[in-house]
Amino acid sequence: MTQDNHGKAHKFGMVIDLDKCTGCGSCMVACMSENNVPFKEDETNKKDSLTWMTVFKLSNEKNFPETDICYMPRPCMHCGGKGDHGHSPCVSVCPATATDYGYDTGIVSQIYTRCFGCRYCMGACPYHARYFNWWDPKWPDGMEEYLSPDVSPRMRGVVEKCSFCYHRYQEARDRAYYEERRDTIEEGEYQTACTQACPAGAITFGDLHNPEHEVYKLVKPDPHQCGKPRNPKAFRLLERLQTNPKVYYISEREWVRKAGDNYRKGEWGQQKKSDGDKGHK
Amino acid sequence: MDSALIPEGARRCPFPVFATGIAVVGAVLLWGVYAMGLCWLKGLNQTNMNDYYGFALWIWADLAVIAIGGGAFFTGLLKYVFGIDELKNIINLAVVIGFICYSSALLILAIDIGQPLRGWFIFWHANVHSMLTEVAFCLSLYFAVLTIEFIPLVLENRQIDKVPFFHNLSHNMHGIMAVFAATGAFLSCFHQGSLGGVAGVLYGRPFAYREGLLVWPWTFFLFTWSAAAYGPCFTLMVTKMFEGITRKKLVKDNVVHLLAKISGWMITTYIIAKIIDTIYWAGVTAPDMGFSLMDFYSGNAFYGIWILFTEIVICGIVPAVILTVKKYRENKKLLLVAICLGVVGVCLNRWVMVLQVMAVPVMSFDTWALYLPSWQEIATTILPVAYGVILISLAYRYLPVFPQEQELYDTNK
Repeated sequence: MTQDNHGKAHKFGMVIDLDKCTGCGSCMVACMSENNVPFKEDETNKKDSLTWMTVFKLSNEKNFPETDICYMPRPCMHCGGKGDHGHSPCVSVCPATATDYGYDTGIVSQIYTRCFGCRYCMGACPYHARYFNWWDPKWPDGMEEYLSPDVSPRMRGVVEKCSFCYHRYQEARDRAYYEERRDTIEEGEYQTACTQACPAGAITFGDLHNPEHEVYKLVKPDPHQCGKPRNPKAFRLLERLQTNPKVYYISEREWVRKAGDNYRKGEWGQQKKSDGDKGHK
Repeated sequence: MDSALIPEGARRCPFPVFATGIAVVGAVLLWGVYAMGLCWLKGLNQTNMNDYYGFALWIWADLAVIAIGGGAFFTGLLKYVFGIDELKNIINLAVVIGFICYSSALLILAIDIGQPLRGWFIFWHANVHSMLTEVAFCLSLYFAVLTIEFIPLVLENRQIDKVPFFHNLSHNMHGIMAVFAATGAFLSCFHQGSLGGVAGVLYGRPFAYREGLLVWPWTFFLFTWSAAAYGPCFTLMVTKMFEGITRKKLVKDNVVHLLAKISGWMITTYIIAKIIDTIYWAGVTAPDMGFSLMDFYSGNAFYGIWILFTEIVICGIVPAVILTVKKYRENKKLLLVAICLGVVGVCLNRWVMVLQVMAVPVMSFDTWALYLPSWQEIATTILPVAYGVILISLAYRYLPVFPQEQELYDTNK
């Protein structure tokens, strides 16, 4: 185990093909069900709903017939932080070490029983991937029977977020140890609920350090640039902030790739040129 | 009725008048306590905060009271460490204000956290990389120091002072107060700074993020500097309010003008640093992240460039000029304008560094997040103000807060 992401440790990540996503929301439902995410009786105010996986709707804001939309699923980005050293925007600010960076997996954890609800991590996250339990979790009568025993429900007053279904990793790891395979986990053995639920096959999950894994083949992360994708059609959200997320997006559409970050006037042309160059490397 | 408790020779309003005033403010206090109880019992769903606006009105109030309470540490530093003796005539007031502001900040934080019973985790599981950890340690320690600084004043109450033990304790505490003043200045510098650091380290928030020196972003130094610069404005503002309400002169003009002059030069140097910081941020830091200055000040109904102009020019340069030029600061009306603008300016800065940070969209497809506080938030934010009014009124009535009061009364008689 090393104290960065450059060693032999796992670096779990996700690739989402935005050209395949239909915006059906199956990933959101699967995530809520898998992780015992509570919901409100009235969900009209989306800004205080708990949705570890959110699907944003993007538009190119052009008129018919050029109008185009894109659905962008957004889990926690499990940022490696500046220099990919594990100082994610949220991890570095949490005063009580209630959120931590796993150097063996690259996963940003949340310790619910240690969080005291200061919400500084929420302010630090530019993706709005963190959610506060404004209410006590309540499920309709009988629905408690459907709760997953592998994931602890959270109490009012603490922050929660996507864990890349970490309990599934623990289960796969336990099985590997039991079968005397040590830490050798096959690609299919650890998959997130959203990945499996996506009917369009838009989500791919795996180890970004393993060249055999599909996620690696899709984006070809550059280890010398903190995992920046070498595939010119791939991008990470807000790449310029140097948060170094482990969630990658792929799209053939230029406007979608442009929407992934902020550019001042004239900058996108230069970016396109540099993306084109990296494709030839 | 309570004349035995009032400092010897001091003239105070009749007790029924005082009690009525306290009762009115007490009603407001109870309203705040009720709202606070709702937040504790029912949770933070009583507020209008949401997942976009995790920090809101009362965190601004927290930062604002800390900034304007900065007069305590800075005046203490000037008097006890730099030996500016005239300030002994206003230091008591600065300490009372500081005590009120810091205890209010602690109360606000206790309401703000989602799991108040776990508040101690910040010390037990401390993450040394977090600016909020530094805030918590400095805030608690400096509050302890302020309490120590406040005790001798309480012991000077006419009846308490009659007890030889308390009289001697007060006397001896005064003797070693320089040590506490220096410790307080050190702690408060770091506390003010770490509050600035809370916003400045957010590299996922281009509006707040600043580069800096070692682990401290430039906002760390700007917050400390601004609190030292504008804090005395609030001390003077409270003095003027007292003089207005009691229709008595309580502090000699030379003391007021001295503190105003020091504040003026501090504001001048601060505002120069702030302008340099703003230019570098707008010209280098934000563009590197893909933002131009106007991205932060357009596309919404409230946050326009006016807010930056007001903070730097109207509430920065204007009071700096008034307070540094002798002719202007000795003009009573201009002095009042300058200290009021100074207080508004530093509060506006804290507003921007808390609420605007949350409001500005970061993802290109995101929208501005504006919010209106609920009545529970407003009541809970007013609660420390009511508490402060009551405590400072009690202090004025029963403690010798203004050492020059009697002398000025005799002179003006």
